[in-house]
Parts: sequence; structure tokens; C-alpha cells
Amino acid sequence: MSKRIGMEVALAAAEAVGMCNVDVAAVYPITPQSHIAEHLSDLVADGKTDTEYVTVESEHTSMSICIGASATGARAYTATCSQGLMLMHELLPIASAMRCPIVMSVANRPVNAPLNILSDHSDIMPQRDAGWIVIFCENGQEVVDLTLMAYRIAEDKDVMLPVVIGIDGFILTHMVEPMVFPDQKEVDKFLPVYKPYATLHPDKPLTMGAFAMPDVFPEMMKAKDMALTNSKKTIIKIWDEWEKKFGRRYNPVETYRTDGAEVILVSMGSMSETAELGVDMLRDKGIAAGVAKIRLWRPFPIEELKAATKGARVLAVLDRAISPGIEGAPVYTDVKAAFYDEKDRPVIVNWLIGLGGEDVTGEDFVEIAEKALKAKKGEHEFLGVR
Amino acid sequence: MSEVNWWEIEPGNIVLEPGSTKEYHTGAWRSLRPIWDNSKCIKCGVCYVFCPEGCVSQDEDGYFTADLDYCKGCGICANECWPGAIEMVEEGG
Repeated sequence: MSKRIGMEVALAAAEAVGMCNVDVAAVYPITPQSHIAEHLSDLVADGKTDTEYVTVESEHTSMSICIGASATGARAYTATCSQGLMLMHELLPIASAMRCPIVMSVANRPVNAPLNILSDHSDIMPQRDAGWIVIFCENGQEVVDLTLMAYRIAEDKDVMLPVVIGIDGFILTHMVEPMVFPDQKEVDKFLPVYKPYATLHPDKPLTMGAFAMPDVFPEMMKAKDMALTNSKKTIIKIWDEWEKKFGRRYNPVETYRTDGAEVILVSMGSMSETAELGVDMLRDKGIAAGVAKIRLWRPFPIEELKAATKGARVLAVLDRAISPGIEGAPVYTDVKAAFYDEKDRPVIVNWLIGLGGEDVTGEDFVEIAEKALKAKKGEHEFLGVR
Repeated sequence: MSEVNWWEIEPGNIVLEPGSTKEYHTGAWRSLRPIWDNSKCIKCGVCYVFCPEGCVSQDEDGYFTADLDYCKGCGICANECWPGAIEMVEEGG
């Protein structure tokens, strides 16, 4: 029987990981991820999960250990954010290229400088092209469900790729929410023991992560690109299966009141629920507004985004990270590119909000939607910046 | 290496055949080759120890040669040889 309990979301993330029969966890604590690291180590120490917990000296090592463990056929886990994720950066494309199904929780936090420990997406955006599946959560229940589904996706023989679960720092990690946890037996049935495609073992020597010259390097890049692109089918299939078993539906792009919407806010992560509040306020004022929430950041769900925003005259894309030197932030440039070949493409504008943990309110979304409706072409603005 | 299409590549670019790197002749990179002057050689084996490619071997008389299929011509052997018995000579010269 599943049970509904109130808990801090970071602890719930660790509880969910603890239910996944993880073999090796190598986690270096960093605010606001620390509660995940601490609670998972409690679960290991208390014997609630049979996991080898490696207390590493850096995030570079934690990811290195995860790659090595995964290569031997172990189910590996880590969690980080901000500077820790930046320190892992050089290893992330290795994990995906070696097709290591590692799962990593990222408590999204800004990167230095200036030092800021709160919340935005500037840590995950530099990892965009690392070849990982990146999934964003907007509340605690999604963190639990998407974490429990992460290894099923990562280890599927048609995927074999690492997965990031994006959990916005503080705004989500440190919130106490009611969440439904499935029974351990149900989880075990949903997530069987990992059967790796190949493992490093002396009885059957093989080479992983070897050298490649231009005679085969481009083919390897194409294979890597296609692996991530094609993973979308399996991700949706597993989310469908989850809905059948546990009753909660997940989509690459979620929608709220988009029917007949003239302006649609395109959001990602924890601000999506506040965007729903903003949309309710807009609808009360007689403005036809809706929200399209990008859950699956990579592989980028172009078809689903187009379907979710069909008929809207204006899209206001909300970014929580800058991309210096180009008039557009990461989500905006991708969304805009996705619509280029459409005959009747909407006006697409970009608003930077919630940078460095700046408070985002329902009124902010009202202001953005009202301004966006007046736009004749693409715009790139910081909300409320003096 | 035979030409493979992207969809034929092993997941994770795994090389399933152990020791297959032997088929790759790194000697093709070489622009200088080591030539031993056995009259100066004292058979100390420093060249054998320092060769990063592991391609230097000792013959029956105790002198050393490089396997030119794999010698990249880096010159470390000549640099380390303290009696000065190894000279790096330009290929094709």
C-alpha cells in the first residue's frame, strides 16, 4: 500500500533514491543539495538501503566514481548543484558517451560569481550539451515519482543514458509538502535489478571510453546524438506505464488552461505552479492566457511543445539563466529555433525572471503576459531590473 | 579499421575485442626514427624502460631496436640514452 506523508522535498528525494536499490552512491554535499546527501547517508547507515556510500573529496570524484561503478554494472547515484556541477562538467559527456545509466539529482542553484546559494538554472544550462536526459520537477510529488522512474528510463536497453532530475534549490528542495510514496514491493516490481549491456570484468575484457580518430569519431557523435533524441519514445512509454500503475500522469510538456489561449507562458521547473496562479489572475481579468511547462528539457520535445502551444498568438518564454552575448536565454533560443519552420509562427518573447533566487509572484506573470501581448516581434528583457 | 555506419557502433563505443589496439599502427605518425649505434651502447636498457609505447626490445646479443610499426618517433629513448647511442634520423631523408 502506498502512503501519504509530509516531508521536506530534499529528504523525499533521498527516500526515493533509497527505494531504488542503488549499489553505489558517491555524493559530495553542497547547499542546497546537502539534505539529499545527508539523508541518503542516514538511510545507508541505518541499513534501510544496501548501498555503498562513498564519501568523496569533490564532485569531480563523485562523478568519476559513478562512471567507474556504472561501467562495472553497478546502479550509481549522485547529487549536486552549482559549483559542484561545474566541477563535474568535464565528466558529464563521458558518462553519456559511455552510456552509463547514472541518476543525478541537481538542486538547481546559480553559479559564481557573485556567490549566491539560492535558486536558478544557471548551473544546469552549461551542461545542456553533455548528452544527459534532463527532467525538471515542479513539486515534491514529481520529485518522488520522477526519481523512482529515472533508473527505469536510464537503464532501458533502448536508452542507456544518464539522467538529471532538476529540483530547484530551496524553492523546491527545502519545501515541506505532502507526498505519496509507493510501497517498496511496488517499486521493486516497477524497477527490476539492473541488467547492464556490458561490464568491465576480468573474465571478459573489453574497452570503454577508448580513443577514436576522424575515421569513426563523427559516426560516434551521430550515434550519441541519436541515442538522446530517440530516448524520448522510451521516456514517454515509461511515464505511460507509471500512470497505469500509480495513476499520476507525466508529459514532456505539461499544459494549464492553454485552450483558446492567446498568450502562453513557457516555463520550466518550480516557477510553473506560480505561473498557473498568474494565469488564473489573467483569466479573471479576461485575458486568454495559459502555461506550457517544459518537463523534459533534453531530449527537447519540439513536437509536444508545438502541440501544447497550438493556436497561441504570443509565447512568452521564461528563463532562469542568462546566455551572455546573444539576445536570448537558453530556453528561449531553443523554443524560437523550434518554430522557425512553422508557417504561422507565434511572436516569441523572452523574459528573465527569478535569477539568483529572486522571488517570482503571480503578479510577475500578469505583467509579462500583458507586455508580451503588445510585442510585435521577439524581445529579450529582464523583469524588474533597474 | 573497417568503415562502420553510425548505427553499427557498439553502444558506448565499446571495443569488445581485447588487444585490438595492436591493429592500429601508430608508427605511421613518425617523422623521426631512432637509430642505435651499438658501438656506443652499454646495454643498460634505459631506452627500453622509458619508451612510452613499449616498442623497444632487446635482441639476442643484448642490443636494442624499436618496432617501427608502433614507434611514434617521440625521441624519448634518444633523450634518455646517456652514452648517446641513439640518433633520431628524419624519415625519408
